[in-house]
Amino acid sequence: MSTKPSPAPVKSGPPISRRAFLVSSAAAGGALVVGLTLRGRLHHPSSDASRDPYNAWIRIDPDGKTQLVLNKSEMGQGIFTALPMILAEEAEIDFSQITVIQADNADGTGGSSSVNESYKPLRQAGAQIRETMIAAAARRWHVPATECHAHNSQVIHTPSGRNLSYAALVTDARRLPLPDPNTVPLKDPKDFTLLGRSIPHLDIPDKVKGAARFGLDVRLPGMVFAVVAQCPYLRGDVLRYDGAKAKAVPGVLDVFDIPIDPNSANKNTREVAVVATNTWAAIQGRNALAIEWRPGQYHDESTESLTAKIRAGLDAPEYWNSTNTTLNPDTVPAAKRIESVYEFPFLAHATMEPMNITVNHQGGRCEIWSPTQSGEYTQERAVKILGLDKRDVTVHVTFMGGGFGRRWEQPSDHQALQIARRMQRPFQLVWTREDDFTHDAYRPVCMHRLRAGLDHQGNIVAWTDRIADTSIIGQHDPKQAQSYELDGALEQPYPAQHLRISYAPVESGVTRGSWRGVPISINVLAVECFIDELAHLAGEDPYLFRRRLLQNAVAHPPAPRSNFDGKLADPARAIDMLDLVTETANWGKPLGPNRGRGISFFYSKTTYLAQVAEVTVKDGNLRVDRVITVVDPGRVINRNGIRAQIEGAVLMGLSAALKERITVKNGMIQQQNFNSYDLLRMPDAPHLETYVVEGGRPPGGIGEPPLALIGPSVGNAIFAATGKRLRKLPFQLDEVSS
Amino acid sequence: MARLTLEINSRQQIVDADPEMPLLWVLRDLLNMTGTKYGCGIGLCGACTVHIDGIATRSCQTPVATAANKQITTIEGLAANGLHPVQEAWIAEQVPQCGYCQPGQIMSVAALLAQKPRPNDADIDEAMAGNICRCATYFRIRSAIHRAAGEAHL
Repeated sequence: MSTKPSPAPVKSGPPISRRAFLVSSAAAGGALVVGLTLRGRLHHPSSDASRDPYNAWIRIDPDGKTQLVLNKSEMGQGIFTALPMILAEEAEIDFSQITVIQADNADGTGGSSSVNESYKPLRQAGAQIRETMIAAAARRWHVPATECHAHNSQVIHTPSGRNLSYAALVTDARRLPLPDPNTVPLKDPKDFTLLGRSIPHLDIPDKVKGAARFGLDVRLPGMVFAVVAQCPYLRGDVLRYDGAKAKAVPGVLDVFDIPIDPNSANKNTREVAVVATNTWAAIQGRNALAIEWRPGQYHDESTESLTAKIRAGLDAPEYWNSTNTTLNPDTVPAAKRIESVYEFPFLAHATMEPMNITVNHQGGRCEIWSPTQSGEYTQERAVKILGLDKRDVTVHVTFMGGGFGRRWEQPSDHQALQIARRMQRPFQLVWTREDDFTHDAYRPVCMHRLRAGLDHQGNIVAWTDRIADTSIIGQHDPKQAQSYELDGALEQPYPAQHLRISYAPVESGVTRGSWRGVPISINVLAVECFIDELAHLAGEDPYLFRRRLLQNAVAHPPAPRSNFDGKLADPARAIDMLDLVTETANWGKPLGPNRGRGISFFYSKTTYLAQVAEVTVKDGNLRVDRVITVVDPGRVINRNGIRAQIEGAVLMGLSAALKERITVKNGMIQQQNFNSYDLLRMPDAPHLETYVVEGGRPPGGIGEPPLALIGPSVGNAIFAATGKRLRKLPFQLDEVSS
Repeated sequence: MARLTLEINSRQQIVDADPEMPLLWVLRDLLNMTGTKYGCGIGLCGACTVHIDGIATRSCQTPVATAANKQITTIEGLAANGLHPVQEAWIAEQVPQCGYCQPGQIMSVAALLAQKPRPNDADIDEAMAGNICRCATYFRIRSAIHRAAGEAHL
């Protein structure tokens, strides 16, 4: 490739609506428009009925400028660069000609699915464009289309070298029928020239200038600011408050009750909104409320009571299981047996941008600006709460200061829409950091009790993984809990003659939600640390132990597991990854005193990962020195973007493994700000070596899987350095382990 | 309420504000300068970092009255024209992910380099420990600091 694509701007002004886009496209002096359907992750059941047939659009104007309208949210994962790369590659469009436009009411971004699920539809749409341009040129030249090819926004008549730009062909092309997306020929990946390269992220220049507009940065003429006094007690209620005191604070405009979301776990309670001319005055007004709260039904819930409930859950009747045997693995004969319990706390998302939403509800219309992973869900809530027609509600999705699963269902949406029933002027609802920490939807607390038996050859004859957690899906009704909670435990790749993985949900007053990579961020740690324990029990090197077990799986494919429709890792590919990471990390070379290496492996539906961490434990202090990660994500789209996601996920996972824990006391979340819930900071960040090795598969997910490995790598390295096995998260060296 | 004269990015701005109101909210809500971010409100995350007379300062902990008649620089005014070398290094190393904390990170680094043009890793740890990045871009932040300082970094 001779020319390096220059980054095209991401449009960050007020985005145009999907409808306006189509209307203007029809009248746009003959633009070529192609619609396609990209799947929104985790569709809410109600959102499918009135769905447009297409939810993403490509528009090529007669000047050659191309717009890609995406119904996806950019939260730093890089899809506003990776997705147009796929289009440019297949359509043979000059990448610098493409501008990404954020679709209004975008319908769902999460689950590491955007590239994985958009790859094929974007390629098909791109091929439709390429083939239509070729057909238009062939007609113009009166030559067979088979004599023409496309490259860099041009069609070239191969024998004569004549060429026509896409810009010059748009008017002809739009009169031709588009080929069927399901049969249109796709490029042979060996001819790719753009995919696999490192392309600078299109949104970065604005982000370093302070010009990127996040939700909290929305400013409208005449807008005011609101905060909400939210009950510190789990499912408590307002007892009394003094609105007059709040109104006496300069700048405070109004104080009123709002009903709490009837769909939330909090039933029959209210909150208090304080509206002011600026955020500071609103916060001062809230402080002046002298509000008193009434504890709710969970007034005595605490970390200790939850721990006891979860521990009891390990012996409660099984709610669900997956097994490969009719026997009880705990009672089959084994030469050596071992049991371990791993324990995980609630975690907060702590997105750097706290929850917020800006609403302008006037004259029977509602315009919303929200940093959300699901604009369409916000739109549906507005329709319901404000009693408006869907056409009269528009949700502009802004950049968001971190998503991590937090911005899928935002409780601030409901609060703001209740405020909007009363306030017919533009306002921004702001959650303070304290609101954010105390009213999050936390990653669940969880315990794994693992039991295993080895035979005399060191093979696993028995594997029992009993999991109890405060379910996410089952939090309104534990019976709704699904195998989702077991992702990462079910895919345990090591052959076990008798295997049983079982689960029981535990009830809690604490709201739970998706947290980057949940549940793999929990379950893989238990599996990969316990495998290390088994290696030690067998007297083998942890790498060679894993390798030998996987070799057995190559020779004898494992028996099917009931209630499991996922896929196990290809053991041969798993061995490749382990070999590569250990070779890169000089696995066999001694590190010296007080130091240790830990290894881990994970296969997540589409992505293979292996990692080695090196730690130093000295004078009671732990330092993670170096982390080597090898990832096969399938087809690489933007190499730079993939590396960025891996690096960030590794360090965010390290933050969880070493630092983070939400605790509960007297029915209240105890952590309120970064003074009691610290995150990984610069001095704790290790040196990272990240290697992307491209497998022959379609692109997989990358945002979440790398987060699963660092906990077990570090836990195993601590054991290697100290002989001490830590099983309670976050890892603390002085923790007494059973 | 008080009428205060602020010098922000070499421009005089007159605001009517509670003298106790943190500079952060004056910038964001009264002057619509939203490049400076709210992160924690207690000076522990660094998202609100600005320069006051050249010193990296948490604007959420700075009552606006104390900033009057001092030179305030925000991310919007860090470079008089184009990009500051730190911003250029941030683009070259492709640092930001979500990007929300990055104005504060960049302001902290610009102040560090003004004082210590060739910081070593320990200097960086010390100067940057107050800036949280939840996307955890620390590895690239360190590389970008070394790049901005004109050092080759492994």
